[in-house]
Amino acid sequence: MKWKTKDGGWNPYLAGVLTGLLAIASVFATTRLLEKTTYLGASTTFVRAAGFLEQKIAVNHVASNEYYTKEKVRVDWQFMLVIGIFAGALISSISDRSFKIESVPPTWEKRFGSSIAKRAIWAFAGGVIAMIGARMADGCPSGHGLSGMMQLLVSSFAALALFFGVGVLVARFVYGRRES
Amino acid sequence: MSKEQWLGLITGVIFGFLLQKGRVLRFDKQVGAMLLKDMTIFKFMLSAIIVGMIGILLLSNAGLIQLSHKAMNLGGVLIGGTLFGAGWAVMGFCPGTSIGAVGEGRWHSIFAIMGMIVGAAIYAELYPFFKSTVLAWKDFGKIGLPEAIGVSPWIIVPLFCFGTVVLFFWFEKKKL
Repeated sequence: MKWKTKDGGWNPYLAGVLTGLLAIASVFATTRLLEKTTYLGASTTFVRAAGFLEQKIAVNHVASNEYYTKEKVRVDWQFMLVIGIFAGALISSISDRSFKIESVPPTWEKRFGSSIAKRAIWAFAGGVIAMIGARMADGCPSGHGLSGMMQLLVSSFAALALFFGVGVLVARFVYGRRES
Repeated sequence: MSKEQWLGLITGVIFGFLLQKGRVLRFDKQVGAMLLKDMTIFKFMLSAIIVGMIGILLLSNAGLIQLSHKAMNLGGVLIGGTLFGAGWAVMGFCPGTSIGAVGEGRWHSIFAIMGMIVGAAIYAELYPFFKSTVLAWKDFGKIGLPEAIGVSPWIIVPLFCFGTVVLFFWFEKKKL
Protein backbone atom coordinates (compact mmCIF):
# COMPACT_ATOMS: atom_id res chain seq x y z
CA MET A 1 0.00 0.00 0.00
CA LYS A 2 1.30 3.46 -0.89
CA TRP A 3 0.99 6.79 0.90
CA LYS A 4 0.22 8.57 -2.34
CA THR A 5 -2.02 7.66 -5.23
CA LYS A 6 -0.75 7.77 -8.81
CA ASP A 7 -2.14 11.25 -9.37
CA GLY A 8 -0.61 12.69 -6.20
CA GLY A 9 -3.61 12.22 -3.91
CA TRP A 10 -3.34 10.78 -0.43
CA ASN A 11 -3.96 7.20 0.55
CA PRO A 12 -7.75 7.09 1.14
CA TYR A 13 -7.29 5.30 4.48
CA LEU A 14 -5.02 8.12 5.68
CA ALA A 15 -7.37 10.87 4.45
CA GLY A 16 -10.24 8.98 6.11
CA VAL A 17 -8.48 8.64 9.45
CA LEU A 18 -7.71 12.38 9.41
CA THR A 19 -11.37 13.08 8.60
CA GLY A 20 -12.36 10.95 11.60
CA LEU A 21 -10.06 13.05 13.79
CA LEU A 22 -11.59 16.20 12.28
CA ALA A 23 -15.07 14.92 13.15
CA ILE A 24 -14.03 14.35 16.77
CA ALA A 25 -12.34 17.76 17.02
CA SER A 26 -15.32 19.44 15.41
CA VAL A 27 -17.86 17.86 17.76
CA PHE A 28 -15.72 18.90 20.73
CA ALA A 29 -15.11 22.42 19.42
CA THR A 30 -18.77 23.14 18.66
CA THR A 31 -19.77 21.90 22.12
CA ARG A 32 -17.16 24.09 23.79
CA LEU A 33 -17.41 27.23 21.69
CA LEU A 34 -21.05 27.23 20.61
CA GLU A 35 -22.52 25.34 23.57
CA LYS A 36 -24.28 23.02 21.15
CA THR A 37 -22.80 19.76 19.91
CA THR A 38 -22.93 19.92 16.13
CA TYR A 39 -22.12 17.10 13.74
CA LEU A 40 -20.82 17.13 10.17
CA GLY A 41 -23.61 17.19 7.61
CA ALA A 42 -24.50 18.86 4.34
CA SER A 43 -28.02 18.31 3.08
CA THR A 44 -29.90 20.73 5.36
CA THR A 45 -27.83 23.50 3.79
CA PHE A 46 -29.60 22.86 0.48
CA VAL A 47 -32.92 23.54 2.22
CA ARG A 48 -31.57 26.83 3.52
CA ALA A 49 -30.13 27.72 0.12
CA ALA A 50 -33.52 27.00 -1.47
CA GLY A 51 -35.16 29.16 1.20
CA PHE A 52 -32.81 32.08 0.50
CA LEU A 53 -33.50 31.89 -3.23
CA GLU A 54 -37.26 31.65 -2.75
CA GLN A 55 -37.16 34.63 -0.40
CA LYS A 56 -36.10 36.74 -3.38
CA ILE A 57 -39.41 36.13 -5.10
CA ALA A 58 -41.83 35.27 -2.30
CA VAL A 59 -40.80 36.36 1.21
CA ASN A 60 -44.15 35.62 2.83
CA HIS A 61 -44.38 32.21 1.27
CA VAL A 62 -41.06 31.18 2.84
CA ALA A 63 -42.01 32.72 6.19
CA SER A 64 -45.24 30.73 6.29
CA ASN A 65 -43.72 27.43 5.12
CA GLU A 66 -43.61 24.89 7.92
CA TYR A 67 -40.42 23.17 6.77
CA TYR A 68 -38.42 26.37 6.26
CA THR A 69 -39.58 27.54 9.66
CA LYS A 70 -38.49 24.24 11.20
CA GLU A 71 -35.04 24.24 9.58
CA LYS A 72 -34.56 28.04 9.89
CA VAL A 73 -33.37 29.81 6.76
CA ARG A 74 -30.10 31.33 7.95
CA VAL A 75 -26.36 31.11 7.34
CA ASP A 76 -25.50 28.76 10.17
CA TRP A 77 -22.50 26.59 11.05
CA GLN A 78 -23.33 23.94 8.46
CA PHE A 79 -23.94 26.49 5.71
CA MET A 80 -20.41 27.81 6.22
CA LEU A 81 -19.09 24.25 6.46
CA VAL A 82 -20.43 23.57 2.97
CA ILE A 83 -18.86 26.78 1.62
CA GLY A 84 -15.65 25.68 3.33
CA ILE A 85 -15.75 22.32 1.52
CA PHE A 86 -15.65 24.23 -1.77
CA ALA A 87 -12.70 26.35 -0.63
CA GLY A 88 -10.79 23.40 0.84
CA ALA A 89 -11.19 21.35 -2.33
CA LEU A 90 -10.04 24.32 -4.42
CA ILE A 91 -6.92 24.88 -2.26
CA SER A 92 -6.04 21.19 -2.21
CA SER A 93 -6.54 20.62 -5.94
CA ILE A 94 -4.56 23.69 -6.95
CA SER A 95 -1.71 22.87 -4.57
CA ASP A 96 -1.25 19.36 -5.99
CA ARG A 97 -2.26 20.28 -9.54
CA SER A 98 -5.19 17.91 -9.67
CA PHE A 99 -7.54 20.82 -10.41
CA LYS A 100 -9.04 20.15 -13.78
CA ILE A 101 -11.84 21.81 -15.69
CA GLU A 102 -14.12 18.94 -16.59
CA SER A 103 -17.44 19.30 -18.41
CA VAL A 104 -18.57 15.67 -18.47
CA PRO A 105 -17.30 12.96 -16.08
CA PRO A 106 -15.20 10.28 -17.88
CA THR A 107 -17.36 7.33 -16.76
CA TRP A 108 -20.48 9.09 -18.01
CA GLU A 109 -18.82 10.04 -21.29
CA LYS A 110 -17.85 6.44 -21.98
CA ARG A 111 -21.44 5.33 -21.63
CA PHE A 112 -23.49 8.30 -22.85
CA GLY A 113 -21.15 10.48 -24.92
CA SER A 114 -19.85 13.99 -24.42
CA SER A 115 -23.10 15.98 -24.58
CA ILE A 116 -23.12 18.48 -21.72
CA ALA A 117 -26.89 19.01 -22.06
CA LYS A 118 -27.61 15.32 -21.64
CA ARG A 119 -25.39 15.12 -18.58
CA ALA A 120 -26.95 18.30 -17.16
CA ILE A 121 -30.52 17.01 -17.47
CA TRP A 122 -29.75 13.71 -15.76
CA ALA A 123 -27.59 15.27 -13.05
CA PHE A 124 -30.39 17.75 -12.35
CA ALA A 125 -33.06 15.04 -12.23
CA GLY A 126 -30.87 12.84 -10.02
CA GLY A 127 -30.28 15.81 -7.74
CA VAL A 128 -34.01 16.49 -7.32
CA ILE A 129 -34.76 12.87 -6.43
CA ALA A 130 -31.72 12.47 -4.18
CA MET A 131 -32.43 15.60 -2.17
CA ILE A 132 -36.10 14.74 -1.61
CA GLY A 133 -34.84 11.37 -0.37
CA ALA A 134 -32.12 12.87 1.83
CA ARG A 135 -34.57 15.22 3.53
CA MET A 136 -37.10 12.44 4.01
CA ALA A 137 -34.44 10.17 5.54
CA ASP A 138 -33.11 13.16 7.51
CA GLY A 139 -29.56 12.89 6.26
CA CYS A 140 -27.09 12.23 3.46
CA PRO A 141 -23.77 10.32 3.31
CA SER A 142 -22.28 13.00 5.59
CA GLY A 143 -25.03 13.28 8.21
CA HIS A 144 -26.02 9.61 8.20
CA GLY A 145 -22.98 8.00 6.58
CA LEU A 146 -20.33 9.67 8.72
CA SER A 147 -21.90 11.38 11.75
CA GLY A 148 -24.75 8.92 12.33
CA MET A 149 -22.58 5.84 11.89
CA MET A 150 -20.03 7.28 14.34
CA GLN A 151 -22.85 7.41 16.91
CA LEU A 152 -24.06 3.89 16.03
CA LEU A 153 -27.55 5.10 15.08
CA VAL A 154 -30.02 2.50 13.87
CA SER A 155 -31.43 4.98 11.35
CA SER A 156 -27.96 5.61 9.91
CA PHE A 157 -27.11 1.93 9.45
CA ALA A 158 -30.43 1.48 7.65
CA ALA A 159 -30.10 4.67 5.60
CA LEU A 160 -26.52 3.99 4.48
CA ALA A 161 -27.35 0.39 3.56
CA LEU A 162 -30.25 1.62 1.41
CA PHE A 163 -28.29 4.49 -0.14
CA PHE A 164 -25.62 2.09 -1.26
CA GLY A 165 -27.80 -0.95 -1.96
CA VAL A 166 -30.18 0.97 -4.21
CA GLY A 167 -27.22 2.88 -5.65
CA VAL A 168 -25.60 -0.41 -6.73
CA LEU A 169 -28.78 -1.61 -8.42
CA VAL A 170 -29.49 1.64 -10.22
CA ALA A 171 -25.84 2.17 -11.20
CA ARG A 172 -25.72 -1.32 -12.69
CA PHE A 173 -28.85 -0.56 -14.70
CA VAL A 174 -27.68 2.89 -15.83
CA TYR A 175 -23.95 2.38 -16.52
CA GLY A 176 -23.37 -1.32 -16.41
CA ARG A 177 -24.81 -2.65 -19.61
CA ARG A 178 -21.93 -2.07 -21.98
CA GLU A 179 -19.16 -2.92 -19.57
CA SER A 180 -17.93 -6.23 -18.12
CA MET B 1 -19.14 36.88 10.58
CA SER B 2 -20.14 35.24 13.85
CA LYS B 3 -18.06 32.78 15.86
CA GLU B 4 -20.45 30.05 14.72
CA GLN B 5 -19.89 30.90 11.05
CA TRP B 6 -16.11 31.10 11.39
CA LEU B 7 -15.95 27.75 13.10
CA GLY B 8 -18.10 26.17 10.37
CA LEU B 9 -15.96 27.71 7.64
CA ILE B 10 -12.64 26.56 9.12
CA THR B 11 -13.96 23.04 9.72
CA GLY B 12 -15.34 22.97 6.18
CA VAL B 13 -12.04 24.05 4.60
CA ILE B 14 -10.21 21.20 6.35
CA PHE B 15 -13.03 18.76 5.48
CA GLY B 16 -12.96 19.82 1.81
CA PHE B 17 -9.16 19.59 1.74
CA LEU B 18 -9.24 16.01 3.08
CA LEU B 19 -12.09 14.97 0.76
CA GLN B 20 -10.11 16.26 -2.20
CA LYS B 21 -6.82 14.65 -1.07
CA GLY B 22 -8.67 11.35 -0.60
CA ARG B 23 -9.94 11.77 -4.18
CA VAL B 24 -13.48 10.99 -3.13
CA LEU B 25 -15.07 14.05 -4.73
CA ARG B 26 -15.04 12.50 -8.19
CA PHE B 27 -18.11 11.29 -10.02
CA ASP B 28 -16.04 8.33 -11.21
CA LYS B 29 -15.11 7.30 -7.67
CA GLN B 30 -18.71 7.40 -6.47
CA VAL B 31 -20.14 5.58 -9.46
CA GLY B 32 -17.08 3.29 -9.36
CA ALA B 33 -18.06 2.22 -5.85
CA MET B 34 -21.65 1.60 -6.92
CA LEU B 35 -20.38 -0.53 -9.80
CA LEU B 36 -18.26 -2.37 -7.21
CA LYS B 37 -15.07 -1.57 -9.09
CA ASP B 38 -13.35 1.06 -6.99
CA MET B 39 -13.83 1.14 -3.24
CA THR B 40 -11.94 4.39 -2.59
CA ILE B 41 -14.97 6.11 -1.06
CA PHE B 42 -15.55 3.18 1.30
CA LYS B 43 -11.91 3.09 2.36
CA PHE B 44 -12.20 6.79 3.15
CA MET B 45 -15.63 6.68 4.82
CA LEU B 46 -15.09 3.56 6.91
CA SER B 47 -11.66 4.78 8.11
CA ALA B 48 -13.28 8.06 9.18
CA ILE B 49 -16.16 6.19 10.82
CA ILE B 50 -14.08 3.85 12.99
CA VAL B 51 -11.78 6.64 14.19
CA GLY B 52 -14.65 9.07 14.75
CA MET B 53 -16.80 6.41 16.41
CA ILE B 54 -14.21 5.64 19.09
CA GLY B 55 -13.49 9.30 19.81
CA ILE B 56 -17.11 10.45 19.84
CA LEU B 57 -18.35 7.62 22.04
CA LEU B 58 -15.46 8.22 24.48
CA LEU B 59 -16.23 11.95 24.62
CA SER B 60 -19.90 11.19 25.12
CA ASN B 61 -19.13 8.69 27.90
CA ALA B 62 -17.03 11.35 29.60
CA GLY B 63 -19.99 13.74 29.39
CA LEU B 64 -18.05 16.23 27.26
CA ILE B 65 -20.43 16.18 24.28
CA GLN B 66 -24.02 15.22 23.54
CA LEU B 67 -24.98 12.65 20.96
CA SER B 68 -27.37 13.99 18.35
CA HIS B 69 -29.64 11.18 17.35
CA LYS B 70 -31.61 11.08 14.14
CA ALA B 71 -34.93 9.33 14.64
CA MET B 72 -35.50 5.91 13.11
CA ASN B 73 -38.60 6.91 11.20
CA LEU B 74 -39.40 3.80 9.21
CA GLY B 75 -41.17 5.41 6.24
CA GLY B 76 -38.71 8.28 6.07
CA VAL B 77 -35.62 6.10 6.15
CA LEU B 78 -36.96 3.38 3.83
CA ILE B 79 -38.48 5.58 1.15
CA GLY B 80 -36.04 8.45 1.60
CA GLY B 81 -33.06 6.08 1.56
CA THR B 82 -34.31 4.42 -1.62
CA LEU B 83 -34.92 7.74 -3.38
CA PHE B 84 -31.51 8.99 -2.32
CA GLY B 85 -29.76 5.85 -3.54
CA ALA B 86 -31.44 6.08 -6.94
CA GLY B 87 -30.70 9.80 -7.31
CA TRP B 88 -27.12 9.35 -6.09
CA ALA B 89 -26.38 6.73 -8.76
CA VAL B 90 -27.59 8.97 -11.59
CA MET B 91 -26.12 12.18 -10.20
CA GLY B 92 -22.80 10.64 -9.16
CA PHE B 93 -22.39 13.00 -6.23
CA CYS B 94 -23.76 13.33 -2.74
CA PRO B 95 -24.64 16.76 -1.32
CA GLY B 96 -21.26 17.41 0.33
CA THR B 97 -19.11 16.11 -2.51
CA SER B 98 -21.07 18.00 -5.20
CA ILE B 99 -19.84 21.28 -3.70
CA GLY B 100 -16.27 20.02 -3.36
CA ALA B 101 -16.33 18.78 -6.96
CA VAL B 102 -16.88 22.34 -8.22
CA GLY B 103 -13.89 23.38 -6.10
CA GLU B 104 -11.60 20.96 -7.95
CA GLY B 105 -12.83 22.14 -11.36
CA ARG B 106 -15.46 19.50 -12.08
CA TRP B 107 -17.97 22.24 -12.77
CA HIS B 108 -20.61 19.91 -14.23
CA SER B 109 -21.65 19.12 -10.67
CA ILE B 110 -23.35 22.56 -10.72
CA PHE B 111 -26.26 20.83 -12.46
CA ALA B 112 -26.51 18.32 -9.63
CA ILE B 113 -26.38 21.16 -7.10
CA MET B 114 -29.18 23.01 -8.93
CA GLY B 115 -31.24 19.85 -8.93
CA MET B 116 -30.68 19.37 -5.21
CA ILE B 117 -31.72 22.94 -4.41
CA VAL B 118 -34.91 22.44 -6.43
CA GLY B 119 -35.42 19.08 -4.70
CA ALA B 120 -35.10 20.78 -1.31
CA ALA B 121 -37.67 23.40 -2.34
CA ILE B 122 -40.07 20.69 -3.52
CA TYR B 123 -39.60 18.85 -0.24
CA ALA B 124 -40.37 22.02 1.70
CA GLU B 125 -43.62 22.43 -0.27
CA LEU B 126 -44.63 18.80 0.18
CA TYR B 127 -43.52 18.55 3.81
CA PRO B 128 -47.06 18.75 5.29
CA PHE B 129 -48.12 15.92 2.97
CA PHE B 130 -45.10 13.74 3.82
CA LYS B 131 -45.56 14.47 7.52
CA SER B 132 -49.08 13.05 7.47
CA THR B 133 -48.22 10.08 5.24
CA VAL B 134 -44.68 8.66 4.87
CA LEU B 135 -43.36 10.11 8.12
CA ALA B 136 -46.47 9.20 10.11
CA TRP B 137 -46.14 5.49 9.39
CA LYS B 138 -43.94 4.26 12.22
CA ASP B 139 -41.39 6.15 14.26
CA PHE B 140 -39.08 4.14 16.49
CA GLY B 141 -37.65 7.39 17.83
CA LYS B 142 -34.04 8.25 18.45
CA ILE B 143 -32.53 4.84 18.99
CA GLY B 144 -28.93 3.74 18.83
CA LEU B 145 -27.84 0.24 17.92
CA PRO B 146 -26.66 -0.49 21.51
CA GLU B 147 -30.13 0.19 23.00
CA ALA B 148 -31.90 -1.52 20.10
CA ILE B 149 -30.15 -4.85 20.64
CA GLY B 150 -29.36 -4.39 24.33
CA VAL B 151 -25.58 -4.64 24.05
CA SER B 152 -22.92 -2.24 25.33
CA PRO B 153 -21.46 0.04 22.64
CA TRP B 154 -18.03 -1.18 23.78
CA ILE B 155 -18.89 -4.62 22.46
CA ILE B 156 -20.26 -3.30 19.17
CA VAL B 157 -17.34 -0.94 18.47
CA PRO B 158 -14.55 -3.58 18.50
CA LEU B 159 -16.69 -5.91 16.37
CA PHE B 160 -17.43 -3.12 13.91
CA CYS B 161 -13.74 -2.18 13.73
CA PHE B 162 -12.70 -5.81 13.25
CA GLY B 163 -15.26 -6.31 10.46
CA THR B 164 -14.11 -3.12 8.78
CA VAL B 165 -10.45 -4.09 8.86
CA VAL B 166 -11.28 -7.52 7.40
CA LEU B 167 -13.17 -5.71 4.62
CA PHE B 168 -10.13 -3.46 4.02
CA PHE B 169 -7.85 -6.47 3.62
CA TRP B 170 -10.33 -7.93 1.16
CA PHE B 171 -10.44 -4.64 -0.83
CA GLU B 172 -6.65 -4.65 -1.04
CA LYS B 173 -6.48 -8.30 -2.00
CA LYS B 174 -9.01 -7.78 -4.77
CA LYS B 175 -7.38 -4.45 -5.73
CA LEU B 176 -10.71 -2.65 -5.53
